[in-house]
Amino acid sequence: MRLHATSRWVMPVLSILLLLAVWQSATLAIGGRLLPGPATVAAALLREAETGALFHHLGITLLRVLGAFTIAMSVGVALGVPMGRSALLDRLFGPWLVFFLNLPALVVIVLAYVWFGLTEAAAVGAVAVNKIPNTMVLVRAGARSVDEGLMEMARVYRLSPFERLRHVLLPQLTPTIAAAARSGLALIWKIVLVVELLGRSDGVGFQINLLFQTFDVAGILAYTVAFVAIVQLLEYGLLQPVERHCQRWRRIAAET
Amino acid sequence: MTAAAGEVVALVGPSGCGKTTALGIIAGLDRAFEGTVSIGPRPDGEPARLGYVFQEPRLLPWRTVRQNLLLALPKSRRLGSAVDLMLEAMELSALADLFPTQLSLGMARRVALARAFVVEPDLLLMDEPFVSLDEPTAVKLRALLVRMLERRPATVLLVTHNLREALALADRLLILTPSPGRVVAEVPVGIPRGSRDDAAIEALRSDLLSRSDPAFRLLA
Repeated sequence: MRLHATSRWVMPVLSILLLLAVWQSATLAIGGRLLPGPATVAAALLREAETGALFHHLGITLLRVLGAFTIAMSVGVALGVPMGRSALLDRLFGPWLVFFLNLPALVVIVLAYVWFGLTEAAAVGAVAVNKIPNTMVLVRAGARSVDEGLMEMARVYRLSPFERLRHVLLPQLTPTIAAAARSGLALIWKIVLVVELLGRSDGVGFQINLLFQTFDVAGILAYTVAFVAIVQLLEYGLLQPVERHCQRWRRIAAET
Repeated sequence: MTAAAGEVVALVGPSGCGKTTALGIIAGLDRAFEGTVSIGPRPDGEPARLGYVFQEPRLLPWRTVRQNLLLALPKSRRLGSAVDLMLEAMELSALADLFPTQLSLGMARRVALARAFVVEPDLLLMDEPFVSLDEPTAVKLRALLVRMLERRPATVLLVTHNLREALALADRLLILTPSPGRVVAEVPVGIPRGSRDDAAIEALRSDLLSRSDPAFRLLA
């Protein structure tokens, strides 16, 4: 069954309304102190927005997320592609990758603060280090399965290494990189909050720690909802348009 | 085995006898071999330019026809005008901004041929370039290849299992045995490429097939 254009909008709205209804009934069942209802959380959101605290903390967390995301994606792709293309590099550094992949986020964060102090660079770097191995694994798998025929063509016509990367390899890796970016954004913002809680004096994680000390559940949920909304905006406003642009040759081919 | 400058040599033999491997070795794609390959330098002392038409078109699906040709050119000669002239000569101008996935196999092969010629190759390697096309399309493309070679001669190594195709295009045929492939016979074609009609090609073919040498019986 094909969805009509209107139901493409109606369904998500309905889905959100349904979630709010479930939330409200849970609040009635459990009690408003442990689980404040949507209205209470909205009020808390407004209160934090009026003082300006919401935008300050959201903004600083968003900057950290974007910083860590940029580093993790570029380093992950830069290291993952050679490992996928060279059996030697893969055998040499594969075990390292397994090691870093299984390093708990908390260990990386604590060590980063111990070694580099409670600094912004340590915080963002620790988050990036948590995501890099994950990006590498995905990109390595993508780079292993590229079309060897096109690689031979690139060698015969003597494309420079940069041209091979830009015109032959990366277009084939677009779906992989998009998947890594999508899961990365979600993972990174969760770890950024931990980093803020442990060693920063601003950001959503810091704020949630404060609210935790006064058991202000409404405030905690207000920050959560606000940030989830921002990550959704990034997904629909940035990731998906970029991905569509990179894949336009597929769409054009499908339309003709 | 040697090929003179400007000569079109066809490697004819059954599948699996190593024809494609030979091209890969000559192109420098395959380095695990014993022996030597030497390609003479150009008159200007530069290394020889290589064109390669693979068995599949091997075009970049995410680049347009025009971009595919541009990328094959070295940066120092990467001129849009050269690409446009080549597209025009190959009757591809109307397809310049299409993506390869929008092309039929015949058209994609034509683009692959244009890409090989746009680099102005000294050595052109062709691996079954017209295989799995319907006969009228293959005939058209072979005629196009002959015209392009008249305009700009190149040394050509053509791999094919199609004896008629080899006789239509080559100056000289090298007949190979099944795996492990060895050259068992060398057949010069005396008639100039432009004046070989179907009848002449058919006569050459039946002459070859009627020879008593067992090498030729494999071709039938």
